Amino acid sequence: MYPEDYLYTKDHEWIAVQDSVGTIGITDYAQHELGDVVYVDLPEVGDTFESGEPFGSVESVKAVSEVFCPISGEVVAVNEKLEENPELINQSPHQDAWMIKVRITNPDDLKELLSSEEYEEYLQEQAGA
Amino acid sequence: MIELKRTALNSIHRQLGGRMVDFAGWDMPVQYAGTIKEHLAVRTRAGIFDVSHMGELEVTGPTAADTLQRVTCNDINRLAISQCQYSALTTPKGTFVDDLVIYRMAPDHFFLCVNASNQEKDFAWIREHALDRTEVRFRSNDFSQIAIQGPRALEILAPLTDIDMAGMKYYWFARGKFAGIEAIVSRTGYTGEDGFEVYCDPAHAEMVWERIMNSGKPFGVEPAGLAARNTLRLEAKMLLYGNDMDETTTVLEADLGWICRFDKGDFIGRDELLKQKDGLKRILVGFEMTGREIARDHYPVEIDGKRVASVTSGSPAPFLKKNIGLTYLPTDRRSVGTEFSVIVREKPVTAKVVPTPFYRRRQPV
Repeated sequence: MYPEDYLYTKDHEWIAVQDSVGTIGITDYAQHELGDVVYVDLPEVGDTFESGEPFGSVESVKAVSEVFCPISGEVVAVNEKLEENPELINQSPHQDAWMIKVRITNPDDLKELLSSEEYEEYLQEQAGA
Repeated sequence: MIELKRTALNSIHRQLGGRMVDFAGWDMPVQYAGTIKEHLAVRTRAGIFDVSHMGELEVTGPTAADTLQRVTCNDINRLAISQCQYSALTTPKGTFVDDLVIYRMAPDHFFLCVNASNQEKDFAWIREHALDRTEVRFRSNDFSQIAIQGPRALEILAPLTDIDMAGMKYYWFARGKFAGIEAIVSRTGYTGEDGFEVYCDPAHAEMVWERIMNSGKPFGVEPAGLAARNTLRLEAKMLLYGNDMDETTTVLEADLGWICRFDKGDFIGRDELLKQKDGLKRILVGFEMTGREIARDHYPVEIDGKRVASVTSGSPAPFLKKNIGLTYLPTDRRSVGTEFSVIVREKPVTAKVVPTPFYRRRQPV
């Protein structure tokens, strides 16, 4: 369910790192909690974010959910498909519905993130709580 | 932690996979299969809602009509037996204690459906202002309420009762046997769609729900939660107490002049409302976002860079496929087409006043 080569946050974002660029989206758990996604608010290429800073938001009929940047960096690409097709978030949260690509400025940030195994354990703990 | 109240249908919601939330102290389903799916089912087929959290009061006695004439702004004398009336309990300032639907069971016998979060307040308010020989009773625990809304509602319900459902007009009701038990059935609702609401003994609520679900299966009935109820009522511009109006907004400001019957004689708040009538400073309007951004409850509203109000209700409208909302604007800005800004995440976004209701069903009953 949760790709093993991705890293995760407790706020339910994922990041896939290749070279010094991280591709970021929200997890299947997050899209399921939100329900039908109807709007995605994304930053612009060139914007910079600190790790833990909100970079955009995902909205369902009922709720707005901020999305936090798992690492510090500069946005080098945004997924423009999400503007026309926000429902991609529900359909393919870990693949087609990536939200932004970020050039990572501080690779040490990655050490703070969860592995897929740790993330799944975290979800189970939350469900049991 | 305070224990959430449960309706008689709680375990059914859980079996159906309803996502349960705390709503005004009640453990209620916010959605089942998905808000958009449920919303569209009501617009095109039918949806079934548990609205048992709503409050019920009974007002009886030889002075009951006079008491209600005094505490509400609509005209009780225009309410026939077996008819329902939308009205408001008003404060001396002409603001809302609550909005409600009044059912006239008999000349001296009224049944009131009030908001869940206001039921104790309303009960105390009416009692405090009741005339001698009016009796006010708190009946919320004696009724479950199930709403069946949508163009197929009539076909789904008619086989379950001897009540002449097809002959029942909008905002009328009947008492009789429904699914084999005593019930009150009214042609009312909070979705802007044709539909009915059934009040029955909570002991029979599960049976009634199941009978309706079975009868509705061929028609594609969907259980619908509070989220769909909210988007449906907003498309129909039906107001939500606590969001769109409360004790700080008057009946006229809420654009409900049609339930304000000055000609009926005195009622609480009449003087203030009369004074306001010719000098209304703000009024509730419906608006549409011109871009993709969604206006949400409480987002700031600005005109020429100046904060004038907040969004009282804002949401995507699943059937209309627009982003709509309600807000109070200065009366000189109320006309259709007027543009203003909604502040979405610190960014002003253009909205414009549009005609309401946003949605109107094609064939009114």
